[in-house]
Amino acid sequence: MLTCKQASQLISQSLDRPLSWSSRLQLRFHLVICDACTRFKQQLNQLRSAIQRVTLHTESDSTITLSKEAKARIASAIDSKHH
Amino acid sequence: MTQNVNDWLNAHGDYLYRFALARLRDPHQAEDAVQETMLAAIKNNSFEGESSARTWLTGILKHKIIDLQRKQIREQPLSDLIDLDASDSSMDDFFDKSGHWIDRPQEWDMPESALEQKQFLGILSECMDKLPAKLKAIFMMRDVHELENENICKELDITTTNAWVMLYRARMGLRKCLELNWVTG
Ligand SMILES: [Zn+2]
Repeated sequence: MLTCKQASQLISQSLDRPLSWSSRLQLRFHLVICDACTRFKQQLNQLRSAIQRVTLHTESDSTITLSKEAKARIASAIDSKHH
Repeated sequence: MTQNVNDWLNAHGDYLYRFALARLRDPHQAEDAVQETMLAAIKNNSFEGESSARTWLTGILKHKIIDLQRKQIREQPLSDLIDLDASDSSMDDFFDKSGHWIDRPQEWDMPESALEQKQFLGILSECMDKLPAKLKAIFMMRDVHELENENICKELDITTTNAWVMLYRARMGLRKCLELNWVTG
């Protein structure tokens, strides 16, 4: 029997690699009887889609701009390397 | 050529900066990434006009962002990286001696209204910024860039086991932080 600690590690790893056949089976077994780990699994999925939403949100926020000073710094860095 | 680059900076600089900021979450680093991108664009002008200049520049920027994240992780003292056994005491906050959850994960009330959504994303941002820098960087590489684990390991020169453990820790830390700060249903 997996402990919740082991199960939570496998749940996280399943986002990063295909689990072995036996790990998958053990995990499935654990999830049938464990609400806490089932919720943990759901949380990791929610977390992943939320992170992607945060990224998109920042990326499309037109109030965030390079300051005039930053643009000037970048322009002068370009000039200094090319003259 | 330099003229071109200045045009690009005016036309796409803000977008590139936001793109970098969303992934690096640090204004200075984001500015550096945009600068490096512009310099690389001059040096290696392979822009054919087939794709838009923005798409082409964004492609360069992605590589620069990963370079910066890699540096961030590699510059951490090695000892921080070695102490990675997931069974060590750093997980004592989450599990008791017999491997049971100390605080059982709660069901999250995912935000529905625009206002709630905004609050939630704000809390999540704060939680991300509380992660140790190297965990944040590897987490961003995996869950935002969606780099394959193999590539992350190659980039960072760590074993796959280390990568799994770091990602596990990052996710555990984030969900805990969200659970503490987001009112659950
Ligand atoms: Zn469990």
